[in-house]
Amino acid sequence: MSKTILEIKDLKRDFQMGVETVHALRGINFNVETGEFVTIMGSSGSGKTTLLNILGCLDQPTIGNYFLDGVDVKKLTRDELAQLRNRKIGFVFQSYNLLPRTSALENVELPLLYNKDVSVSERRERAMHALESVQLADRSDHTPSQLSGGQQQRVAIARALVNEPVMILADEATGNLDSRTSYGIMALMQELNQTHGKTIVFVTHEPDIASFSSRTILLRDGMIQKDTKNEKPRSAKQVLAELPVTDDYKI
Amino acid sequence: MDILNLIRIAYRALQRNKLRAFLTMLGIIIGVAAVIAMVAIGQGSKQSIHDQLSSMGSNMLTVSPASNLNGGVRIAGSSFQSLTQKDIIALQKQVQYITEISPSITSRGQAINGALNWPTSMQGVSPSYLDIRKLTLKDGIPFNENDVTTSAKVCLIGQTVIDNLFPGGENPIGKVIRFNKIPFQIIGILNPKGQNAFGQDQDDILIAPIGTVQKRISATIYYQNIYASAANENVTDAAVTEMTSILRESHRLRSNEDNDFTVRTQAELINTLSATSGLLTVLLTVIAGISLVIGGIGIMNIMYVSVTERTREIGLRMAIGARGTDIMLQFLMEAILISITGGVIGVVLGMVSTWLVTATLGWPTIVSESSVVLSFIVCAVTGIFFGYYPAQKAARLDPIEALRYE
Repeated sequence: MSKTILEIKDLKRDFQMGVETVHALRGINFNVETGEFVTIMGSSGSGKTTLLNILGCLDQPTIGNYFLDGVDVKKLTRDELAQLRNRKIGFVFQSYNLLPRTSALENVELPLLYNKDVSVSERRERAMHALESVQLADRSDHTPSQLSGGQQQRVAIARALVNEPVMILADEATGNLDSRTSYGIMALMQELNQTHGKTIVFVTHEPDIASFSSRTILLRDGMIQKDTKNEKPRSAKQVLAELPVTDDYKI
Repeated sequence: MDILNLIRIAYRALQRNKLRAFLTMLGIIIGVAAVIAMVAIGQGSKQSIHDQLSSMGSNMLTVSPASNLNGGVRIAGSSFQSLTQKDIIALQKQVQYITEISPSITSRGQAINGALNWPTSMQGVSPSYLDIRKLTLKDGIPFNENDVTTSAKVCLIGQTVIDNLFPGGENPIGKVIRFNKIPFQIIGILNPKGQNAFGQDQDDILIAPIGTVQKRISATIYYQNIYASAANENVTDAAVTEMTSILRESHRLRSNEDNDFTVRTQAELINTLSATSGLLTVLLTVIAGISLVIGGIGIMNIMYVSVTERTREIGLRMAIGARGTDIMLQFLMEAILISITGGVIGVVLGMVSTWLVTATLGWPTIVSESSVVLSFIVCAVTGIFFGYYPAQKAARLDPIEALRYE
């Protein structure tokens, strides 16, 4: 039985730039159910980033409503938004945003530091568990500078998972990675989506990446241009296996 | 977010930039160490100044006969005869604030040793006079009560008299000199005191038992002065009042009669004493204040740099659920950690350098607990005060902009 996680109703977002008003989002409607893997696509200036900020509870709509897991985000204060982000959303950024000179394990622990209900021992345990699910348990004491780009992004994904969010929100998460590593990350995302039932909203501008998701929303000029279900998403694992193996990538 | 977590987060952040944290701390370290060392040296010299002024007899009281009317003619106080042994006995019986009392008579005359002679004064006093005036002996022994009652012909000799009567450097102890034709055996040599405030040579003197001078030289039952020591500088005024009332009673003065004596204190010395210590305290407080403010500005500066530099980190922390308060407390805690760690190191350094000053230069120092506690508290307050604005700046950042900050 699937449940609606995201509910967006007639959402508009305006920015005041001096005397001019910029309409970044001009009325958007869509719902996301649990277990969906949605990619949001669009060229630059299409309102992708604005939508992402609102979905991530970093920004609030000017007009319209946004319900995240049944909570009306518009009514929340700054501190309540912070708490909501902490409990319900796992962020994955293009540039990883890991704390430098801090071990992978401590980076993964970070969201739990802002959760009062988690004890020190539980924190460590859950962080370790999250690292295991991205196959980096053996690198837990490595600092970001000792990890490859793909590994850093997997640490970031572990960090997004550690709070057991209802939704993972990825912002161009493969943008800084080569195609092989990107497929690796997408394979991990698919695994999390299919095996663990995580809802994923993935913002990207690469159609190639979007083909791995179960649904694609295409934005244009602040409106939804296309909202298509992808009945047969490609398997990233399979694509990865079919890539020609070169000496560079041999382990 | 509990306090332990906060401390850990702040500690890790500082650990990522150890050198910078240390350099920032250095301002506080030097400030606190300077305050502690300064106060210790200040207190030490204050104590030694205090001791020196006390050795000049800052708690000394002098009773002299007052000027008086005699048939319409005012007679100088010094020639007036009002102080007697009766007064001494009355004082000795009744005083509370006074520890030592000595009568005094001074007589001028010629001291003779063989072919050499020298005009000087002989002062007749009781044995406690040495304590009252803080006189010490370089050699020999002082006379005692027995010498006073038996009018023993012994005396203590000042350096100037020695220089004139014993120019060859021979030891005067045990030698007999004559003063106004009466032979005195020298039993002790006074440590030189130098000139007093009016340029009088305080070493040009012979000191003999009061009974001896009274009976054999001046032939009088009156005293010229009575010297006394108050228990300490702070009770001199009380001691004056006390002595006045005892002497009035002893002199049987009616309430409408003026005193026939005056009691004087070393008010000037006491004032100097309190002025000196007051000045030192103000000076040190100012120095302490300035150095800690400079240290605090250093912290503020580095915290601003740190907030700017870690804008993305702040954005990230906010995105994953840190509230503005959490961010603020984190940066505030960093500032406090810097200032308190700096404070602790500063206290240790201050104590070590104080010890070094005493060990190498031989300056007297006293590390006062209050200066340690105070500079430590000031440190913590400095951290909070100067850390607050950068922390608030961090807390007010917009997470969206912070995350995109390059």
